[in-house]
Amino acid sequence: MTAAALRIGLRSRRVLPGFGLTMGTTLTYVALVVLLPLAALLLKSAEIGPDGFLRLVTGERALAAFQVTLTAAAFATAFNAAYGLLMAWVLVRYEFAGKRILDALMDIPFALPTAVAGVALTALYAANGWFGQLFEMAGLKIVYTVTGVALAMAFTSAPFVVRTVQPVLESLQPDIEEASATLGAYPGVIFRRVIYPVIFPAHLTGCALAFARSLGEFGAVIFIAGNLPFKTEIVSLLVFIRLEEYDYAAASAIAVVLLATAFAVLLATNALQALAQRHARKG
Amino acid sequence: MSDVASPPIAAHRSRAVPRLLIGLGVVLTLAFVAMPVAVIFAQALSKGLAVYRANVLAPDTLHAIYLTVVIAVVVVPVNMLFGLAAAWLITRFAFPGRKLLVTLIELPFSISPIVAGVIYLLLYGAQGLLGPFLEAHDIRIMFALPGMMLVTLFVTSPFVARELIPLMQVQGADQEEAAVTLGASGWQTFWRVTLPNIRWALLYGAVLCTARAIGEFGAVSVVSGNVRGETNTLPLHVELLYHDYNAVGAFAAATTLTLIALVTLVLKALLERRLERR
Repeated sequence: MTAAALRIGLRSRRVLPGFGLTMGTTLTYVALVVLLPLAALLLKSAEIGPDGFLRLVTGERALAAFQVTLTAAAFATAFNAAYGLLMAWVLVRYEFAGKRILDALMDIPFALPTAVAGVALTALYAANGWFGQLFEMAGLKIVYTVTGVALAMAFTSAPFVVRTVQPVLESLQPDIEEASATLGAYPGVIFRRVIYPVIFPAHLTGCALAFARSLGEFGAVIFIAGNLPFKTEIVSLLVFIRLEEYDYAAASAIAVVLLATAFAVLLATNALQALAQRHARKG
Repeated sequence: MSDVASPPIAAHRSRAVPRLLIGLGVVLTLAFVAMPVAVIFAQALSKGLAVYRANVLAPDTLHAIYLTVVIAVVVVPVNMLFGLAAAWLITRFAFPGRKLLVTLIELPFSISPIVAGVIYLLLYGAQGLLGPFLEAHDIRIMFALPGMMLVTLFVTSPFVARELIPLMQVQGADQEEAAVTLGASGWQTFWRVTLPNIRWALLYGAVLCTARAIGEFGAVSVVSGNVRGETNTLPLHVELLYHDYNAVGAFAAATTLTLIALVTLVLKALLERRLERR
């Protein structure tokens, strides 16, 4: 290596200007916009003290809200686990007319404002709505029930599973599949034993993202839920109600639990993902 | 796929399964995802075009549109600048704590909109950390436009950075380093080398950021105070009309938001195709 090349090589890490400017801008912004408000929440809920905190988050109404939210989010995620996997498979593996449009439709739930999704779903599944009538005939009530809450959560979190599984499925090499097909494995077996293990980490991540989003969903749910305390009241609505009652202690305590749950879900997913990847590598 | 399929494999690959799966996917997506969009227009137009027109052009609705646009016009450029600075920092320099910084930048995505509203209320509200100070200086942030802008800033802050970081990582710094080594200034390098390379991703991030800024509901509803004709954005106005039992009005206002969402989807598809081609 010549002296000049060596010098460039040594300097290359800091050849580009702007370190101070971008570091300053980014840190200031993150500190002011993200960290400072989060610190306010933690400080305010620390003021309540551990006993008060526990009392506020284990109140009967709060517990019921947690139960409704977790149940509905679990059903919504189960639906999306299946629906998302189906759509990722169909969009990656098959060619058919209108595929591009179908692919674009998948993003509607992210693009549509949640409040708009909320009023639309309520109109659609109400007893006199286009779909509500059909379900009514089958004896199923959706609006103002936990089913409705789950439906709204499923709608707003639908793209997560599709969009995380799709790229992994696309990058899958066909050789192992072809080998197992040549050896006489049935398509179902190939999917279960060859394909699914590879997309499993992505599938899990998509489901976790969908679940975390469902736990915090507000706009889409409040219209279809009917918001009956102990029956269809979700956690984020309870936080909102406590705020309107100027009960900031209760609102911040419940908000802390909501925040912690979302983080726990994401951390657990990261851990599971790392585990799945290590397992896959071992083969 | 393989052309050497022996008879038993060909039997496995009947066309029934793909057809069934495609059919199921199309029907489910139309019913589950597309139908809610159709119902918005059906409801908005259910009393005829004249009523629809009157509803869309009602003064309170127009004011809500105006306020929504004002918020987006302020928030989106700020988050574009933040995204550019963050992406430049993270992809062009090595420093300790880089991964942590990326996590912090993406943090707002995993926070419920209601919680986002609450944390700002606990900072700037009357009972918040800075409440006494703000009151003493007669500065009003909560239940007013500044608060609505701040929470929207928070909720949409990761969008641009999240699009730019992976792209700039893949592109590497070679071209920029060459430009600087040849004597270009930092800004010249940015405008002539970096920006042309990332403009579509920047625009893509900005489109997603705009859509979310316009549509944000939960966080804004905590800090807005919902004063009709004053601090009501378009999504909040939809809720207000809906609870006023003015369903046709609510759906009329919702069509404006739905059209914006559909335009976003088209732009997104076009930009994605551009990004793929690169």
